[in-house]
Amino acid sequence: MERDIDITLPAANNLVREFRAGDILYISGTIFTARDAAHHLLINRKNEEKKIPFDIRQMPLYHCGPLVRRKESRWQIIAAGPTTSMRMEPFESQFISLFSTTIIIGKGGMGEKTLASLQEVGGVYAHYAGGAGALAARAVTQVVDVYWLDELGMPEAVWILDVERFGPLIIAMDSHGESLYHKLDKTVNKNMEWIHRQIDKGALQ
Amino acid sequence: MLRQIDGMKLKKALLSAMKTAATILPRDVVTTLEEAIQKEDSKLARAQLAAILENIKIARTDSIPLCQDTGIQTFFVQAGTRSPYLELLNPVIAQAVIEATATVPLRPNTVHPFTNKNSGDNLGRGMPVIDYELTQGNKIIITLLPKGGGSENCCALKMLTPSAGISGIKRAILDHVIACKGAPCPPTIVGVGIGGGADVAMKLAKRAVLREITICHPEQPVAKLEKELLELINRSGVGPMGLGGNTTSLALHIEYAFRHPASLPLGIVLQCWASRRAQIQINKDGSIKVS
Repeated sequence: MERDIDITLPAANNLVREFRAGDILYISGTIFTARDAAHHLLINRKNEEKKIPFDIRQMPLYHCGPLVRRKESRWQIIAAGPTTSMRMEPFESQFISLFSTTIIIGKGGMGEKTLASLQEVGGVYAHYAGGAGALAARAVTQVVDVYWLDELGMPEAVWILDVERFGPLIIAMDSHGESLYHKLDKTVNKNMEWIHRQIDKGALQ
Repeated sequence: MLRQIDGMKLKKALLSAMKTAATILPRDVVTTLEEAIQKEDSKLARAQLAAILENIKIARTDSIPLCQDTGIQTFFVQAGTRSPYLELLNPVIAQAVIEATATVPLRPNTVHPFTNKNSGDNLGRGMPVIDYELTQGNKIIITLLPKGGGSENCCALKMLTPSAGISGIKRAILDHVIACKGAPCPPTIVGVGIGGGADVAMKLAKRAVLREITICHPEQPVAKLEKELLELINRSGVGPMGLGGNTTSLALHIEYAFRHPASLPLGIVLQCWASRRAQIQINKDGSIKVS
């Protein structure tokens, strides 16, 4: 049964293991953004035992390259929807084990290696509607900080964001090895056989 | 002939069109999305479409970009050879892109392919993309297509064997679009280009996504094929954002050209639900219409 869950972090970190694929989540707390380049940078810094300048452990990771504007002395998030998570698949499991990441937010889903790591760490992958950048920006109450902006550019930099009731986030992969994408693949494959038969018949009837 | 407009006036029109494209989704796309939510039974599919529709409303009301990926700025120019304003276009479009990046604002999205350095202003070698088609007459029509990276990554070129025929084309399109699942941010608009050479097929496919959703191909057999393919895609069950449902695509448009007897090029371009576009018409008398 799908549930609606409202949580405040980091207090609710111990609840993440209980979330199930299909649950709809709303998050309040502090999250950080990282895309391909930021993943590489953070993994390299950790491996070289260099300091990570924010408290990354168990902080939700958001696959997002926001559109941000500098207004007077403050950063203002204009749009902040998710980016395609699959690009991060080759190094996400390493990232999870280095930083104990338990909530990953993105779009489109991730692969088997990430699913296995989520089981180990007791984490979830949550899907946010792709392209809903203006809606996501409404949930951001404050830009806490930004790192490596000059080096990586606006979309690839690490943005630390305070969010309030950020959602709806669909739990798509949970810590019990359940994945909505697995279920969907089965349905689509079945439908595909029917579709191929229609093509072979030469008409849709 | 005396020129009635200068670069400043043209730049203002381009800025207005870029802002419109980034913040207001065309009516035909919104209407089709509103109809789609009625066709969905699952809670997750409805939640996705509801979030999309709310996002569209916020972007329009607050005049902010719909999506943080404001895309690669692409301009399709139908250039009337007797227009007196042709030479203004390249420099003024570039200047307008720089200003729109700061004022709309647009996300700086152009990076050097070898160094990964972001230019910061959406310019760079080959950027923005300006595609010229010479037409008769004295009008210039510029169609803007700011296209995001997620859907662009799902485009494909298939060089089919001619003996594959129509059923081979159908199969290639359906297999590809459905295999993309949630990656191009469905419900998508599918552009298909058939014939020409490899480059022509891709360009036709990209132009096909610019066509209004409700308008089908003027030739009946092509229109029929568009309708059939759209129905089959929506039987896949991929659904909004690839989380399951009845709406995987909102439209499928085909454009074609004649081909070499030995080649059957098939171009497939996927466009996300945020199918942003705007148009400017520059008349000979210097009047400019933005829509």
